[in-house]
Amino acid sequence: MSDYISHDHEHDGIDRRGFLQCMAWAGTGLLWTVSGGVLASKTLAQIAKAEDSLPSATDLSFLQISDSHIGFSKEANKDVTETFKIALDRINAMPTPPSFLIHTGDITQLSKPEEFDTFDQVLKSCKTKDVFYVPGEHDVLNDGGKLYRDRYLKSVEAKGSGWYSFNKNGVHFIGLVNVLDLQAGGLGQLGDEQLEWLEADVKDLGTSTPIVVFAHIPLWAVYPQWGWGTSDSERALGYLKRFGSLTVLNGHIHQVLQKVEGNVTFHTAMSTAFPQPEPGKAPNPGPLKVPSEKLRSMLGLTSVQYKQGKSALAVVDSNLS
Amino acid sequence: MTTFIPKNKTAVLLCGIAFLNLSLFAIAGEMKNEESTTKQNRIEIKDFAFNPQTITVKSGEKVTWINRDEEPHTIVSVGKQFKKSTALDTDQEFTITVGTPGTYEYFCSVHPKMTGTIVVEK
Repeated sequence: MSDYISHDHEHDGIDRRGFLQCMAWAGTGLLWTVSGGVLASKTLAQIAKAEDSLPSATDLSFLQISDSHIGFSKEANKDVTETFKIALDRINAMPTPPSFLIHTGDITQLSKPEEFDTFDQVLKSCKTKDVFYVPGEHDVLNDGGKLYRDRYLKSVEAKGSGWYSFNKNGVHFIGLVNVLDLQAGGLGQLGDEQLEWLEADVKDLGTSTPIVVFAHIPLWAVYPQWGWGTSDSERALGYLKRFGSLTVLNGHIHQVLQKVEGNVTFHTAMSTAFPQPEPGKAPNPGPLKVPSEKLRSMLGLTSVQYKQGKSALAVVDSNLS
Repeated sequence: MTTFIPKNKTAVLLCGIAFLNLSLFAIAGEMKNEESTTKQNRIEIKDFAFNPQTITVKSGEKVTWINRDEEPHTIVSVGKQFKKSTALDTDQEFTITVGTPGTYEYFCSVHPKMTGTIVVEK
């Protein structure tokens, strides 16, 4: 097995080898850096004490938010707009503002125009204005994603049902759509057209180019029994495995999950709306009801930083409690 | 006191309607050759599953799904054999009238692991 985890670059004495070789469940903040498959981790508390480990203003930092589910009002969280606002407050309070946000889908609960309106209205309070989106299945419920595409792809050159790529600070970002044209009994899917585009999109990139792929449904088999995976993700990863640093960011499952396979790191983000059960730990993947005082500890956002010259991406999850 | 009378009447009326519906169900279940056009075939969506997963109905009957989950679900025919539903929120219903005899597979396009079958008989 090529999986290996080396850490303690910062001599902080944290041993998370076993922790990360399996799946890591992190309700609290965790930072890890990746460089050619070599990984280091730190807790958020330690980062707070070591300001010098944070990137300088010239480095790239961006933030992932996910699964805001605006319109949801059930027992698991009766005010998802409020928790989304709190997440934005956290972003606005960051000492080094992120360059941009990535929203990994399920903006809304039911794809309703008024839900998108509420999201857009609340988002105006965010000081960071650039946002890149991929759709969740909740955003494309009735119209195949037309409303979503009309609203959220204005700043990118989207192809097909809404996939695209862009470059920032030498990092190549790829936003993929895996929530459309799903087949009975199946998982998320990318489809031939998108996969062919992906192959061509990265063909001329050097292997030292750090790649960040983001999509709603996990691009690895988290728990296929609940549909938590993408049927043709292996083919996509096949086009990307030659790159020295590949970071895959997903949403959909409303919890932090991390996996490292060689130089590929997979990461899923918390929701800003409600948690979902751990894979297989409930009869179904429906919203997880937790005591109200515990809710915010299970909602959150993810900060990602790229230090120029180090070819390393650092991922920090933090909750809203 | 008088204000309670209408409420009581309403309650009695509602109970009556509920009882009547139950009665009709029981009758419909037994009288297979009659009232086929009015028989209600209900599929409950609960815990990310269609219950019953397979339902057998007569051509011309209605089939109604009701979503009892907190998640939205859809009804989409494999091969587009019948019209698809919009997303059903909690307690929302969707009804189709079945036509040509045959076996019809369907699934939830939000959670495609959820599948069901309608068998339409003459």
